[in-house]
Amino acid sequence: MQTIVLKNGAYIRAGYSIVGPLEGKGPLKDYFDYILKDDTFKEKTFEKSERKMFKNILTGAIEKAGLNIDDVEFFFGGDLLNQIVSSSYTARELGLPFVGLYSACATMAESLALASIFISNGLAKNVVAGTCTHFSSAERQYRFPLELGNQRPPTSQWTITGGGASIVSNVKSNVKVVAVTFGKVVDYGINDVNNMGAAMAPAACDTIMTHLQNVKRSPRDYDFIATGDLGKLGSEILIDLMEYNKMTLGKNYSDCGCMMYDKTERVFMGGSGAGCSASIFNSYLLKKLQSGEFKRVLLVSTGALMSTTTSQQGDTIPGIAHAVELEYVGDDVKIDNKKKWDSVKVKQLAKAGVKE
Amino acid sequence: MDKEKRNTNYNVYVESKIPKTKAWPSLFKAFFLGGLICAIGQGFFDLYSYLFPNLAESEVTTCMLMSIIFLTCLLTGIGIYDVIGAWGGAGSVIPITGFSNSISSPAIEFKKEGIIYGICVKMFTIAGPVIVCGVVGSIICGVIGLFI
Repeated sequence: MQTIVLKNGAYIRAGYSIVGPLEGKGPLKDYFDYILKDDTFKEKTFEKSERKMFKNILTGAIEKAGLNIDDVEFFFGGDLLNQIVSSSYTARELGLPFVGLYSACATMAESLALASIFISNGLAKNVVAGTCTHFSSAERQYRFPLELGNQRPPTSQWTITGGGASIVSNVKSNVKVVAVTFGKVVDYGINDVNNMGAAMAPAACDTIMTHLQNVKRSPRDYDFIATGDLGKLGSEILIDLMEYNKMTLGKNYSDCGCMMYDKTERVFMGGSGAGCSASIFNSYLLKKLQSGEFKRVLLVSTGALMSTTTSQQGDTIPGIAHAVELEYVGDDVKIDNKKKWDSVKVKQLAKAGVKE
Repeated sequence: MDKEKRNTNYNVYVESKIPKTKAWPSLFKAFFLGGLICAIGQGFFDLYSYLFPNLAESEVTTCMLMSIIFLTCLLTGIGIYDVIGAWGGAGSVIPITGFSNSISSPAIEFKKEGIIYGICVKMFTIAGPVIVCGVVGSIICGVIGLFI
């Protein structure tokens, strides 16, 4: 079956997120753990800044969970750069056993799902899952030089600078990973690289439908359903597609790309990139889950699996979406997580974890 | 429903959902910016004609173009031209400033990969097609000119 229900507990012990200066002005600014003042992060190239950001995200998450690097057994992660260099170079720096993954912008849900399966099956005690993207490094790989005076089409999205990581553990905490669904690669024949939302929406629809059928729930059973980076247009299309399949996505549905920026900013359809769902899941969604405000959340990260070569050769864009269902189980465990958190955060800001 | 039909239907549906660029504001901005750049060029032309009365008209034109190209490179380098271009669209692309920006921006961007593999190789990634078109066009015109 496409959906794997995790019988034994896989718990999110902590999540950590970093975003860039533009994202740090958005409506969720209070939820992020750290906001960069300068998007170069005092590095010479944007690829290096992305790596530094990723390293800080991982060390931040590990510290926040109250662990040492040695306690973490595996690192599941990926990013958007060719050969997923940001992740592998970060793994080299930290000396973590590395499982490199790529599902474009769906990498957060993919790595979280695999990490949870590892934990649930008793293969490890603590693992970290995360991903990270940088606007400028993605832009130079996929599109045009930054200083080129070109206009963006109205359907385009803005790759976010930021990322997040979660520590998945077998130790009980407030947030439990209940079930995961790995999506099929779905292609409805869109070949406009500036309209990724439309290319990914059918994949998101397919995965959500499959997940809901397999866990026997309806969208109303969730406090929040979040897709990764469909953007404004893509999420409207998803709502229509779900409607077509006789499922209604109500007010509990939103897209991370739409949540990232204020409407006034010039980002057109909203945020995109692997870091989009990663940073919002590990900040906003996780905090709401940990506090019990959200009892059940479905995270559906979406990815477009094309490359610059395939799109130049006229191929259509295949989409993918992976789903992770999380539940608040805090009523069973009596841990004052908030207190623990604040003390860690203070300690962390003072310590070497995040230094510019 | 077979896949092709589904895809065609989906593409038609997506096309209907896409927000359209508003033509009149874009046209006005492009017209205004293009006109402004040309007016600045004319300003340089008049200035050089006044300062150096002995120069031939073609030489003054060359000096004017050099000044405009330099100014664009400078604005590209300090990160202003992309904002101007995003606002004015074709108004910033059609004059020689667009060409200058399309060469200087990859040069700045890919400097990090070194002088040979970065700057020299990537410099013409945007402007390359324009140069090829220009060269091919001039060959065709030359051949036609030979027989007229």
